[in-house]
Amino acid sequence: MKCRICGEKASVNMREHKLALCKEHYLEWVPAQAERSIKKYGLFTHNEKILVAVSGGKDSLSLWDILQRLDYHAEGLYICLGIDEGISYSTESQRLAEKFASEHNLKLNVVDIQKEYGATLPQITRETHRGRIKPCSVCGLVKRHVLNRVARDLAFDVLATGHNLDDEAAVLFGNTLSWSGEYMLRQGPMLPGSSGLARKVKPLCRLYEREMLAYALLRGIEYIYEECPYSRGSTSIYYKELLNRLENDRPGAKLSFYLSFLEARKTGLFTEREKIQAELHPCFRCGQPTSAPGLCSFCRLMERINPLPVHEGKI
Amino acid sequence: MVKLILRKNEYEVRPGMTLLDALKKNNILPEGVIATRNGELIEEDEILKEGDIIKLVAAISGG
Repeated sequence: MKCRICGEKASVNMREHKLALCKEHYLEWVPAQAERSIKKYGLFTHNEKILVAVSGGKDSLSLWDILQRLDYHAEGLYICLGIDEGISYSTESQRLAEKFASEHNLKLNVVDIQKEYGATLPQITRETHRGRIKPCSVCGLVKRHVLNRVARDLAFDVLATGHNLDDEAAVLFGNTLSWSGEYMLRQGPMLPGSSGLARKVKPLCRLYEREMLAYALLRGIEYIYEECPYSRGSTSIYYKELLNRLENDRPGAKLSFYLSFLEARKTGLFTEREKIQAELHPCFRCGQPTSAPGLCSFCRLMERINPLPVHEGKI
Repeated sequence: MVKLILRKNEYEVRPGMTLLDALKKNNILPEGVIATRNGELIEEDEILKEGDIIKLVAAISGG
């Protein structure tokens, strides 16, 4: 297989695009695709300050790498969840995030949830009903809360995550199976900011997970390869595997599924957002916006772990 | 023989077949992995040679 651009031996073949590229041209193609999404969906500009959610995984580190290659002003945020479970998952992922930042002369902010909120993620999952049945849901809640707080406290314009096409297609697939219209209305490359809530963007939303893996490998990015022990057997991984079977038989199916959804929403297939958007109130404890008056979901969760007032530290 | 390694699993195939055939033979979806040989990425039309050790890197991640 030859590179379509230079005719040298191809390193990556993308059946979904009928495109094979050598290492050199692939490493130019991926940032160009991310830049295309940034511009097409109006995610951010070169004048804005971006906070990248860095987990130590291939997608978030690659996103940070791409943004700095594209000359965007991007700092990282690593959230130490205290997941060790015999494989030092958090310790190793933090080490890799710090290593990447140091090697690329980038600023990495770190929040340790045990130090700031008095409990690790494993403790929260063990001690709450929601955590015992849905640990990934609790993890998502904690990460969203901390990311938004740091974006707000440090005056970032936008919060960027490394969600790739497979992540987005799997979420969309799950929401379609249950026809979760409200979630579908919020899903997209950008969730606009509102009072107290940072704008959230996904510059890698059109790039396949396999494409991001190839990018990380070819760029020599060292990332955490071990799976999070809590994600084993998760529904999102199951959906990704199902969608990969579809993709295998019909190259481009995942991209088409996601892009058709965005187009359908844009052309009015779903209820206009304004009609169902909930009124937001500041949480009594942390001040972050919440849909019901009183405590937000994060503070309600932490109330069960630590009834004392939560310390909202500065990093 | 040719050895394929995916996480903690190992598979053996005969040399002379393509990577795509080797993956199919072992029920591994090409969409879910990137194959490397001696640190270099190889694609599905690559002919596998005697003694090759192919490391398959899983694309799907959770967490």
